[in-house]
Amino acid sequence: MKRIGVFVCHCGINIASTVDVQKVAEEVGKMPGVVFATDYIYMCSDPGQALVREKIREENLDAVIVAACSPNLHESTFRTAAGEAGLNPWQLEIANIREQCSWVHSDREKATEKAIRIVKAMVEKTRLNESLDPISVPITRKALVIGGGIAGIQAALDIADAGYEVILVEKEPSIGGHMAQLSETFPTLDCSQCILTPKMVAVGKHGNIELMTYSTVEEISGYVGNFTVKIRRKAAYVDWSICTGCGQCTEVCPAKVPSSFDRNFSTHGAVYVPFPQAVPNKPVIDREHCIHFKTGKCGLCEKTCEIGAIRFDQEDQVFRREVGAVVVAAGYDTLPLSELKEYGAGRVPDVIDGLAFERLLSASGPTNGEIRRPSDGKVPKEVVFVQCAGSRDPERHKPYCSKICCMYTTKHALLYRHRVHDGQPYIFYIDIRTGGKGYEEFYHRAEEDEGIIYLRGKVAKIFRDGAETVVWGTDTLTGKNVEIRADLVVLATAVIPRKSTARLVRKLHIQAGPNGFLAEAHPKLRPVESINSGFYLAGAAQGPKDIPESVAQAGGAACKVISLFSRNRLEQDPAVAWVDEDLCGGCRICISVCPYDARKFDEEKGIAVVNEALCEGCGSCVAACACGATQQKNLTDVQIKNMITASLGGK
Amino acid sequence: MFEPRIICFLCTWCAGAGADLAGTSRLEYTPNGVNIRFMCSGRIDPEHVLWAFGKGADGVLIGGCHPGDCHYMDGNYKTMARVALLSRLLDDFGINRARLRLEWISAAEGAKFASVMNDFTEKLRSLGPMKPATREMAR
Repeated sequence: MKRIGVFVCHCGINIASTVDVQKVAEEVGKMPGVVFATDYIYMCSDPGQALVREKIREENLDAVIVAACSPNLHESTFRTAAGEAGLNPWQLEIANIREQCSWVHSDREKATEKAIRIVKAMVEKTRLNESLDPISVPITRKALVIGGGIAGIQAALDIADAGYEVILVEKEPSIGGHMAQLSETFPTLDCSQCILTPKMVAVGKHGNIELMTYSTVEEISGYVGNFTVKIRRKAAYVDWSICTGCGQCTEVCPAKVPSSFDRNFSTHGAVYVPFPQAVPNKPVIDREHCIHFKTGKCGLCEKTCEIGAIRFDQEDQVFRREVGAVVVAAGYDTLPLSELKEYGAGRVPDVIDGLAFERLLSASGPTNGEIRRPSDGKVPKEVVFVQCAGSRDPERHKPYCSKICCMYTTKHALLYRHRVHDGQPYIFYIDIRTGGKGYEEFYHRAEEDEGIIYLRGKVAKIFRDGAETVVWGTDTLTGKNVEIRADLVVLATAVIPRKSTARLVRKLHIQAGPNGFLAEAHPKLRPVESINSGFYLAGAAQGPKDIPESVAQAGGAACKVISLFSRNRLEQDPAVAWVDEDLCGGCRICISVCPYDARKFDEEKGIAVVNEALCEGCGSCVAACACGATQQKNLTDVQIKNMITASLGGK
Repeated sequence: MFEPRIICFLCTWCAGAGADLAGTSRLEYTPNGVNIRFMCSGRIDPEHVLWAFGKGADGVLIGGCHPGDCHYMDGNYKTMARVALLSRLLDDFGINRARLRLEWISAAEGAKFASVMNDFTEKLRSLGPMKPATREMAR
């Protein structure tokens, strides 16, 4: 019989205040084979780990159970410690008595009883654990970056500069993301494009970056270090390999399509480059609006293009690429105005959102930087900015703070004053949040020196009255209702995940949180990693973020990728499926359920075998096996049954 | 008051992480269940459920990822099919199918895990203990 040691952690008072840890050690110590059982104040501390190593040697332990926090936190800590003392790491198991016991119960007696059952179940499992060796697999030192906004750009450049190849996939025809739409950036008032475009150009020219715009990730399979990804490049109907980007086709196109880049304030042709600084600076044809595709006539672009780059017969292309790591920088969207019924639901022409105002402010925007309202092109003299339009509103909209709006609204009002000297900006706010370097100073400058009127309170209703837009709100500091007859209203709409993010989450099999933003592995300590190995997060797809934070996170994600790529081989969990060749009848049901093609039929032996490098250890085939020939290493049916029995207090 | 014994089979990626989050968020729930960690709910064999009933469980909870969110592509769909079939089998055994509960709980749904445990405990209390003869059937 195996000699088993059990170590019960107090976790200070985190466990010990609800669970009688001494009693747990005492009860479990009575089990056959448990030759050593103790409790200790902090098992994860250096002395705690030293105690495990010491007892493994002294007591000649064959297996160890540490009853402590979730295995997601310290399983690897203790397995490493066990390995250092000469015990096979897979002979050590964690019994979770903190997250799943002491933290969720208050009745000490019942919590102690439950903890005893949890630990006893783990003793029964470990009793039958085999010693395993990690499966070593090669690693593809190439990264996939999804999303070509500032976060994706930064991550791609950092990885590429470290000497590794990168594929940057962007679904729009150009990289740049939302940052390319912005006028100036807070709190320094740097011109957004001026600081972004050099990076975009660097991506376009970098020898290690394969830029795939107008493309989306269709499918991904494999595991950390060894993913296979299918990328679909939409037909641009322009042969980019010969197109010089002269732009003649875009000038002759007679179609008029609202520019989504300019938030519909301007139009472009059906063949277009989204904005002048686009990378790559190559046009695409919008098939839906192209007269040639609709009527079979026109073809002006084709006639104009001297080198014959217009290709109406082009089709979508699907590329397969092997990568070792994926950075997800899928970006964000803003809440559509149509969702804000109380603010006119997008039907009042002079109620616009913050991104639209950015386009009005932008020197390269539809009005060349002049502030003109959409309804009649008049310069607005009274402008109301409404913060938290859809944010911090759990009853009707989003419960969370969108984080960037306080600062960008302040910037908007300030820039508006610089353009329209006799104009009056008002800002309705709930709280002003200025957490960031130089942010509070920027806000004070706006409030004290720039004549912006801040009104603390929510806006109840916005509606149109003649040529004016009426804003009803409350100033909670004076306790009075406020009516402003505004020329223009700018809503700081909530930052939301892109619609495509939910689809991407499913394709990549990563996790998203309750508000649809990508979930990090740990909110404090692993903020740039997904819980799924090999996936890293950057930018506002993970949560509302401003530019410096997005850039910092992208750099962090890139470093994680670089650190992964610095290894020669990767070690994989060996708790994979295993076949008892004598029992297997060759029915092949396992082959049909395996999502990874890890099960193959061995014609010679007449049985189904396991490819350990491909097996992810999900255990689907084990449950499907009708004769019990397939088992999961260290989680066999016998182990599971013994755990159940022990959990129920049986023997 | 009758205190039912519950065995919870949780996949580590979603339901197990959700149970951890309930802990991190200090959401209190009934201490009637003991969790057994699987990599995927698709590893759960109907035999494990029957074994639990045979060994004294009054209820079995299976927790997996929401449809479409399985870490292993489609393990939870396999679970869904297996549980549907197993429920019919429980009827044949005379075991009330309400004693087996399948829930999709994401890593972000700590509150859902806690409320499922409270609700399931309550339901099993109202069902009362399983008759020894019925339990015998599960063996």
